[in-house]
Order: sequence, then C-alpha cells, then structure tokens
Amino acid sequence: MTKARDKSCINLKLKVWRQKGPDARGRFETYKARDVSTDMSFLEMLDVVNEEIILSGKDPIAFDHDCREGICGACGTMVNGRAHGPEKGTTLCQLHMRHFSPGDTVVIEPWRSRAFKVIKDLVVDRIAFEKIIQAGGYISVNTGGAPDGNAVSVPQEVAEKAMDAAECIGCGACVAACPNASAMLFVGAKISQFTLLPQGLPEAKKRALAMVGKMDQLGFGNCANETECEKECPKEISIENIARMNREFLKAGLL
Amino acid sequence: MQWDLNWFICTLRSSIGKKLIMALTGLGFCIFLIAHLAGNLTICAGEDAFNSYSERLHALGPLIILTEIGLLFFAVAHVFIGAYLFYENFRARPEGYLVKKNAGGRTIGSVTMPYTGLFILLFIVIHLVDFHFVEKTDQTIYQIVLETFSNPGYAFFYIVSMIIVAIHVSHGFWSAFQTLGVSNSEYMSVFRVVSIIISLAVGFGFGILPIYISFIS
Repeated sequence: MTKARDKSCINLKLKVWRQKGPDARGRFETYKARDVSTDMSFLEMLDVVNEEIILSGKDPIAFDHDCREGICGACGTMVNGRAHGPEKGTTLCQLHMRHFSPGDTVVIEPWRSRAFKVIKDLVVDRIAFEKIIQAGGYISVNTGGAPDGNAVSVPQEVAEKAMDAAECIGCGACVAACPNASAMLFVGAKISQFTLLPQGLPEAKKRALAMVGKMDQLGFGNCANETECEKECPKEISIENIARMNREFLKAGLL
Repeated sequence: MQWDLNWFICTLRSSIGKKLIMALTGLGFCIFLIAHLAGNLTICAGEDAFNSYSERLHALGPLIILTEIGLLFFAVAHVFIGAYLFYENFRARPEGYLVKKNAGGRTIGSVTMPYTGLFILLFIVIHLVDFHFVEKTDQTIYQIVLETFSNPGYAFFYIVSMIIVAIHVSHGFWSAFQTLGVSNSEYMSVFRVVSIIISLAVGFGFGILPIYISFIS
C-alpha cells in the first residue's frame, strides 16, 4: 500500500517569483515540494506547499485562482517558460502533476507585460483587459420584452466561429506568451465574437476602433504573427480572429 | 462616415495601421524581388541577353526613376516603422522571463525578423554601391557582374545574404496577408505554403547566380 502510494508521489524543486507588492523588488525563491500526488492539479500542489510555508510562519505564495475548472480565467502563471505549463489547451488549474517527473525543477513566474503589473508574487493586475472590454466589448440592447430567440437567424458555421471566439476566458496567457506582449489575440477574439453575429453588427465599426485604440493606449506590444498566443491559449483560440480584427479595424478606419 | 485626413493618419498611427504599412511595403518588395529575379535570370541566356535586358530596362527612363523613388520611399517606411515597432515591442515587456520556451508557433523567420531585416538593409547599401552606383561607361553590366562575383569572398557574402532574404520573406509574405486581414483559417495554410515557395525561389534563384557565374567564367 505504502509502495503504491510512493509511486504516485513525486518530489519537486520549485523556483518561485516572490514579490511583496507592486513596487517592491522581487526575486526567485526556492521551495521543496515533497510527496506531491501526481493526481493533484498544479494549484493543489501550490496549496500544499503554501500550507508548509504558513506552518513555518512565513508569507504564503500568492497566486490567482477561482473556479479551478478551467473556465473562469483567473489562474495562470508561466511554468518552465510556458504559459499555463506545458500541456496544450489547458489552464494551470487543469494541469496535473502527472506531467512532471520526480526531481524536476519547476520555474514559476508571473505573466510579464508592461500592461500587467505584478500585484504580489504570481498575481498580476489584468485590469487592462477590463478597460479594453469597457471601450467596446459589448452590445447595446434596448430594454423591454425579450425578443424571440429564433427571430434572427444565424448560419450554423458562423455561430460556431462566434462561439469559438467567445471561448476566450481573458486569462492573459496570449499576452504572457507573446514575444511582444501583444494583446491582439484577446482583442481579436472579443471583436470577433460580436462582429460575427447580427446583434454585434450595428456597433462593429465603433467597437473595432475603440477597442484597438484602447489596447494601443495601454502599452501592449504589436503582433508580429509569431502565433505563440494560439499555441498557448488554453481555449485554443485561432489567430484567424486577429486577421478578422485587422480587417474590421482597417475597414472601420480607412473606408 | 465622411473620409477625413486626420482620421486616416490616426488609423495609420495605430498598431494595426503601422503593421498595415509594413505589410504593404513588404509585399511591394516581394513583387520587386520576383521582377528582379526574373531579370537576373536572363544571365543564363548569355552575355548579350543580359546586357540587352539591362539596356531595355534603363530605356524605360522616367518609369524606372519613378519606380526607384517608390522603392526608396517604401524602404524608408519599412525600415523606420519596423524599427519603431521593434522598440515598442521591446518596451512592452520591461521585465523578461527567467525561462521562456517556444510553444511551437515561432519559426526561424519570425524569431529573426528584426535582425534579418537589419542585415538586408546593410546588404542593399553594399549591393547598390557595387551594381547601381558603379561606373558603367567603359564596361557592360555583364562584365561588372562577372568581375564582382569572381571574388569568392564576395560570392559567399552574396549567397549568405540571399539565404537571409529568403528567411525574412518566409515569415514576411504570409504575415502580410494576416495583417491585411485577408487571411482566415482556410487561406492561412495556403499563404504559409506560398510564403515558403517564394522564399525558396528567392533564396535559390538569387543564390545560384554566383555559382552559375563561377562555372561559366
């Protein structure tokens, strides 16, 4: 029994970015993660490490998390140089420790971008995304009786594309993974999900100009079509959404 | 919406606007490269064919001057906006990662874009000095080409330069269509394949010339 348990437990060395506050100087600290069950998620592993840190009277590692089901977009750090870790289409909370080998050194860093300031340790301020949404990531609907759901017909393949774009959970992995810290996959997805549907069309021009303008203003980098975002996105959102955003923006701005 | 100049400039100054200029000027260079390659390949048809191609090209007079001015204008825009984008992208991440791994999206072309670009700029200056601003009164262009490439060091530099141009084009060409927004999930793979084909054509087509010339001379 003990033997079997040992097999499914691993020891890891963690190198974690620790930073007391937004203006404090940060540094890497090393921790030992002992007897980590391979069935744990990455965040559960951090919970276990934090329990030990708390017991020793020190400040636990701060990290963002909420649903732990891969749908809320709260969690996310760089794990060994990969956003949300090495697994494809997976958020950090859905990354399991079975993907690590005994004795591995795991480097855990916060998202790095001028637009995402570190609040504490691995927690970054993603208010920039909210500001972009505020600029135009909505549709204006008059109040009153709810319209008939089938009154506006949408072709199935268009609805699918809109839904694919709407899968974006705003975690920020695209910015973190982008060599230029660009937010164009996020903005592309948000513009696409509305523009593809009839309800989003009336404000399409205004939305494209406002959201791209806000994105530029917030200090994100420029997309160089490196496609790293698409590869790291936990929802596997396609860069065709960036092309659509470019199209919408240029149409609105030049024509 | 009424078209107005301020609006137009505002659009071009945005991130996507700057990328649009990079894409359009870059595609202009791709067209130029293909035309230039087609012209250069006339050297395979012999000395007379090459010299007569050169003469006919220059006989176009104002048209050729206009094209040259256009290319210069394109080059200035491409270089300066490219440099500015590089600066902005550098500034967008003040603190880097201790460990950063490629997730599988980056290619040799995309990673090296600013550096291959800078090298190409230096190459173009050297290339213009050697072939464009060279004294042509007492020798034909064919003789100049033969003489320049007879230096093995120069031939090697030229071939390396053409490989670097090919690497730049391999990312630049498909990237332009993505930026222009004409790409979608169906067309994207087509653009990427065409991008590789064009970069191979440019790399082999130009790169083979010094080797061909060393064989015939």
